Amino acid sequence: MTSAQLMAILVLISPLAAAPALAQEAPAPGSQAEVYWDKDEFKASQDALKKEHGGGVNYMILADRFEYQSGEGSPALLLEGQGWWGTDENRLWIKSEIDYDLDAGNFEEAELQALWSRPIARYFDVQAGLRHDFEPGPARTYAVAGIQGLAPYWFEVDGAVFLSEEGDLSARFEAEYEFLLTQRLVLQPRTELNFALQDVPELETGAGLSTAEAGLRLRYEIDRQFAPYVGINWKTSVGETADYVRARGDDTESVSFVTGIRLWF
Amino acid sequence: MFTRRHLLRTAAAGGVMTASASLLPAWARSANAGNTGIFESRGTAFDLTIGHSDVKIAGRTGHAITLNGTLPGPLIRFREGDKVTLKVNNTLDEDTSIHWHGLLVPFHMDGVPGVSFPGIKPKSSFTYEFAVPQSGTYWYHSHSGLQEQQGHYGPLIIDPADTDPVQADREYVLVLSDWSFEHPHKVYARLKKDAAVYNFQQRTVGDFVRDARENGLGATLSDRASWGAMRMSPTDISDVTAAAYTYLINGHATEDNWTALFNSGERIRLRIINASAMTIFNFRIPGLPMTVVAADGLHVQPVETDEFQIGVAETYDVLVTPPRARAFALVAESIDRSGQVVATLAPEAGLVATAPLLRERPTLTHRDMGMDMSSMDHGSMAGMDHGSMGAGAMAGMDHSAMTGMDHSAMPGMDHGAMGMPASVPQGHDHRMGVGVDNVAMVQVSRIDEPGLGLENVPHRALRYSQLRSLTPNPDTRPPGREIEIHLTGNMERYMWSFDGVKLSEVTGPIIFHEGERLRVTLVNDTMMSHPIHLHGMFFDLVVGDTDHKPRKHTVLVKPAERVSFDVTADHVGDWAFHCHLLFHMHAGMMQVVSVLPRGAAADADGPHKEHVTSVPPLAGNSPQQVAPMTEMNHEGHR
Repeated sequence: MTSAQLMAILVLISPLAAAPALAQEAPAPGSQAEVYWDKDEFKASQDALKKEHGGGVNYMILADRFEYQSGEGSPALLLEGQGWWGTDENRLWIKSEIDYDLDAGNFEEAELQALWSRPIARYFDVQAGLRHDFEPGPARTYAVAGIQGLAPYWFEVDGAVFLSEEGDLSARFEAEYEFLLTQRLVLQPRTELNFALQDVPELETGAGLSTAEAGLRLRYEIDRQFAPYVGINWKTSVGETADYVRARGDDTESVSFVTGIRLWF
Repeated sequence: MFTRRHLLRTAAAGGVMTASASLLPAWARSANAGNTGIFESRGTAFDLTIGHSDVKIAGRTGHAITLNGTLPGPLIRFREGDKVTLKVNNTLDEDTSIHWHGLLVPFHMDGVPGVSFPGIKPKSSFTYEFAVPQSGTYWYHSHSGLQEQQGHYGPLIIDPADTDPVQADREYVLVLSDWSFEHPHKVYARLKKDAAVYNFQQRTVGDFVRDARENGLGATLSDRASWGAMRMSPTDISDVTAAAYTYLINGHATEDNWTALFNSGERIRLRIINASAMTIFNFRIPGLPMTVVAADGLHVQPVETDEFQIGVAETYDVLVTPPRARAFALVAESIDRSGQVVATLAPEAGLVATAPLLRERPTLTHRDMGMDMSSMDHGSMAGMDHGSMGAGAMAGMDHSAMTGMDHSAMPGMDHGAMGMPASVPQGHDHRMGVGVDNVAMVQVSRIDEPGLGLENVPHRALRYSQLRSLTPNPDTRPPGREIEIHLTGNMERYMWSFDGVKLSEVTGPIIFHEGERLRVTLVNDTMMSHPIHLHGMFFDLVVGDTDHKPRKHTVLVKPAERVSFDVTADHVGDWAFHCHLLFHMHAGMMQVVSVLPRGAAADADGPHKEHVTSVPPLAGNSPQQVAPMTEMNHEGHR
């Protein structure tokens, strides 16, 4: 068959082939406009419309506590912050806490968590990922599973369990509350409890409640995103963890005055 | 030190200021810039250039996206039935579009990218062509990105083909809007991070002490506990407030004192358009009653009032007759009372009307949360156990544990004996995902209420139930079916949706069939008022048993409200359907209504198929008698 013959046959049968195809091409509900425009261009605008209305990616970086601590012990700098990036449904959540001893010139604590966060309830996200402690030594890596969110009566809570590469299990619970003294003056009580399931002598941690912390910070929101504060922080070691601290010759309890800024963007 | 260059720069800035004032279109200028009332200047061909411009707002220079270089854009005015051509030239580096709000255009001319057309690409032009069978006050705006917040809007007037039943000596257009010096993407991003970021009217410890003194410690604690248990705030009224916005009338802030002139005794027509992105306004002219003669473009039977709440995208035409030669204040106050804009209506240029003080901010109640059991008809609710449903029980209720709860299973309520209740418990199974922070368990008809914060003002405030169409409704068939759609959201996560599903997650459109008459019932599960807009068709707001229902394109749905409109699907095509609070739409509170031509696949009923129910005849429908609870057990305990 020559190509001319083939063409002739194609021309002859094409109306037959096209007729049912046209009948099927009644545009789908929601795509009725496509017959007026370039189909691909219209399809692209449909996809963009959907993505733009509810499918957007956002981010936040929050330095909740960036402060100078002074008290009985040596002064220290603390940075505790977190950040997220992603959609409403899936977010990469980073948390970090860094404690730097100004007199000794070394890091008392340096921790970084990288988590995947997903909402499971109206006000709660479930989070899972890894935590790595650079300090105090020896460096450890943990698997993390936690829940973060807003509990009834406006308590911001964050609870997580950690499983170290050595198989040690520990947990942490944090809660914050905010009293609005005025529209910009905010009093924030805060507590943090750390638990361990077993003794971990290398990390000077004993089983049970290991450390507890409570703080009260008063900030002034120059704008919502930038707020200097002053406050007081109390920290204690408990049980066997306290024994380790005593054995080191340190105080098991410390009270410090803090000055810092809370900021987010 | 003052240098010569500094002086030159100052002079140049001054020059820009003068230039930008004179650059305003004639209708938007103040009296001292030559505006003595707009006059008919109709056309059929319009050229619109969309571009970037610097604008002067309250003495500061801001960056705007404008039409023909001005904010607001030019007045587009033509005659009913005229075929008009609107050539749009996009000089931006991004896509744009113009939606003709409230106009019954062919759907591919409706200007919604992704629904009616692909949008207008950068550095290209697009020509809209249509003739519409309507007249009145409308407006136009971008439906691309967040351009509407940046100044991409303007007024549109269609003069009737015949004599206008509303005659006035002078008329002015008042375009109300909200301007932010912050880029709207930044404003939205902030809300995503902290939804209360712009709320500087929250309840403080001081308020607690005051309330405890006035109402007793126990009552105050219990009140705080009930809100706290829900993790909701009674001051959460506007997402974006005067903390970010400068409110404008015709592009003028209060200090710019936009002025409209009158001679005493003249009858003035004010065409008021809420072209805001996020601001619901209360509009009033203290000391001067207003006669509302049109709503959303269409004439209504004249009704006199002193104040009205105007949702985003709504329009009202009012007549005023200032009896004396003095300056009156035109006041548009944001619904949360965080700010206002005041202009002047005066016998001569140069006068400044006295701006009223901002009134105290309203607060939400349990009624707005959809938890007000007291609004139900107790007398006939013998079967209900109030002991277990009292306020105390409500306060302790943890809604986070109620995911998937079937509210239609509320026990013991005998609706048969209640007649049609003024408020009904929720009986709709929409998705209860993380994007839904509340369900209005007690839905109320609020059609006879003037709007949040206007309940107790010491003067008349307009209610939808007062509106009657001037002409009989064109279609008085009873609706053949009903669709129920819930307005849902999660304020903390700043997620907004219909029926718990964001547009990004929607699998198919809402289906209407050509020629059918149907009822759409909106239920507001959130604690915010939402202006809900349906493109391409007017709907008849069910305000009672009348064939003069007001016909609107946008309805402001109050918190916990259950409101219905009847609509005739006579315009085949795909039409956007959304909350006109721009950031709510952006967050997902939008869907598409697909009016399918006769003979289209009958099985294409879309995701709302399950909500379709039959509707009894309209007879006996009054504002108190809202749609029936079809999914509830009407037998119950009798």
